[in-house]
Amino acid sequence: MDNTAIEIVKKSRMVSRPTTLEFIQNIFTDFIEFHGDRCFADDKAIVGGIALLEGQPVTVIGVQKGHTIEENVKRSFGSPNPEGYRKQLRLMKQAEKFNRPVVLFVNTSGAYCGIGAEERGQGEAIARNLIEMAGLTVPIISIFIGEGGSGGALALALADRVWMLDNGMYAVLSPEGFASILWRSPERSADAAELMKLTAPDLLKNGVIEKIIPEAKDGLAKNLEYTTIILKKSLTEELEILNNLTTEELLNQRYYRFRKYGEFTNEL
Amino acid sequence: MKLFKKKNYIRMNPPEVISEAELETPSIPDGLWIKCNHCDKTIYTKEINEYKICPNCGYHFRLTARERIFLTVDENSFEEFDSNMQAKNPMDYPDYDKIIEKAQSKTKLKDAVMTGYCKIGGYNVVLAVMDSYFMMASMGSVVGEKITRAIETATEKKLPIIIFTASGGARMQEGIISLMQMAKTSSALNRHGKAGLLYISVITDPTTGGVSASFASLGDIILSEPKATIGFAGRRVIEGTINEKLPEEFQTAEFQLEHGFLDKIVTRTDMKNTLIQILKLHCQKEVFENG
Repeated sequence: MDNTAIEIVKKSRMVSRPTTLEFIQNIFTDFIEFHGDRCFADDKAIVGGIALLEGQPVTVIGVQKGHTIEENVKRSFGSPNPEGYRKQLRLMKQAEKFNRPVVLFVNTSGAYCGIGAEERGQGEAIARNLIEMAGLTVPIISIFIGEGGSGGALALALADRVWMLDNGMYAVLSPEGFASILWRSPERSADAAELMKLTAPDLLKNGVIEKIIPEAKDGLAKNLEYTTIILKKSLTEELEILNNLTTEELLNQRYYRFRKYGEFTNEL
Repeated sequence: MKLFKKKNYIRMNPPEVISEAELETPSIPDGLWIKCNHCDKTIYTKEINEYKICPNCGYHFRLTARERIFLTVDENSFEEFDSNMQAKNPMDYPDYDKIIEKAQSKTKLKDAVMTGYCKIGGYNVVLAVMDSYFMMASMGSVVGEKITRAIETATEKKLPIIIFTASGGARMQEGIISLMQMAKTSSALNRHGKAGLLYISVITDPTTGGVSASFASLGDIILSEPKATIGFAGRRVIEGTINEKLPEEFQTAEFQLEHGFLDKIVTRTDMKNTLIQILKLHCQKEVFENG
C-alpha cells in the first residue's frame, strides 16, 4: 500500500470515510443531537449534542461530511460557516456549565469560504472559539478523523489532547493551496504534501498530536469498529486522568501545551 | 521596584531607517510625485506628512512598524522587547533563510512585528506593531512568540496591551507551527482578559487569514483605520469559489463596521488621541508611575 503524504491526504478525503455521526454512534450511547447557534442558523456542517461514554455524560461535537453529493451539499462539504463555530461554542459553554468533558471530531478542509461567511465574521467566530477554549474549565479532547485544514480545523482543536487516525492529516492549508500560493504550480501538491509534514507520524514527532489511533488493515470504512473500540477505551482512560485534575492544573497544562510551539533564535 | 530595566530605548524619528525606495508599493517612493493606489490621483509628495494620508481621497498608505510607533508613542518612551528574535526553519522549507534575509535587509527588522513597552499620553502600555513590509507580516514562530511574550508581560505587569495588526495570515513556510501561533496568542489573551486587563486591537491594512481569526478579532475594543482590508478568506479565493466579482467595499473596514465587527473607524491623525481617551477611561496614570 502506498503511504506517501499525498496518498494519505487522498485517503483522508475519501467520500467513503466514516463521518463524525458514525463515530458518535459507535463510541457513545444515548446521543441526542442539538441544533443552532441561537443567533442566526443551524449549520449542518457541524453536529453536536450530548451522549454517554461508559455511563459518563459528555458533550460531543464534530464536523460532519456526507457520503453523497446531496448530503455533502447540505453539509457544505464539511466546511463550517460562522454559525457552525458558534453552535460549537454554545455547546461547549453548556458542557462547562454542567461540568462534562467535550469530545470533538475534526474533519474539514477548512472554514467555509463565501460572502455570507465573511459578512457574519468567519474570522471572529474562529478567534472566539480559540480564546474561549483556552479558558474552558472542562477537559477537551479533539480527534482528527480525516482532513484537518487551517484555522477552520484549529477552531475545534485547542484541546488538552489532540489525536489523529492513521490516515488523518492536519496542515496550515491544503497541499494544493500551498503549492499554488508558494510555487504557483498546484500540480506540485505531492511535493508540497511531503514537505508540509502533515501526516500523523510527522505531527506526533512535532508534538502537534499526542496519539495516533490505528485503522484496520482492511480499511476504516470496512472495519470502523476496530478503530472505535480503541477510541472508546482511549477516551475513557484519558478523561479519567483529565477529570482528576483541578481546574487550575487543567488550564495550566492546556496553556503550556500550546505555549511551546515555535522555533526561533534570540541570538544576534 | 522598577517595572522594566531602563535601557535599549529606541528613538522613533520620522526619517526612518528604511529608505522608501527599498519598499515595494503601496508606499511612497522617493520621487516628487506619487500615485495614490486608491484614487489613482497623482500627489505631490510634499503634501504628505508623516501620517501618509492621501490628501485627495484620505487613503491611508501602509506604514512601517517604526513609522507607526513614532506616530503612536510618547517621545522617547518605546523600549523594545526581543529585538533580536529571528526565525528558524521548522519545516526545512527550501531557501527560507534567504527569504528571511531579504525581508530583513529590506525592512531592517528581524521579523514582522515590533513589540515593547511604551507610554501613550502618559499611560504605561505594552505595544505590538506588525509590519506588512516584512513578508506581508505573515505570522510564523517569531511573530507568534513576540506577541505572546508581549501579552504575557502585560498580564504580569497588569498593563493594557495595544496591538496594531496587519497580516496576510499564517506564514506558510513554517507549516503547522505557524497555525499553532493562533492558539498560542489567543490563549495568552485569555489570561490577560481574565486578569481584568484592557486589550485594544487596532486593525490596519491588510489584516486577513490567521491573524483575523485570532488576536485581531479579540480586542475588548477593536478599532480600524479607514478602508483597511479586513477578512478571513482572501478576496480572490472567494471570487474563485463563487465565480463572480465581489463588490469593492467587500471586506473593507467600513463593511466590517456595518456588519458589527468593529467598534470604531478612526483616522490616523485621530488615532493617538482616541487611544489616550480609551486608556483614560480604563487606567490610572499615577498607580503605574509610582509603581
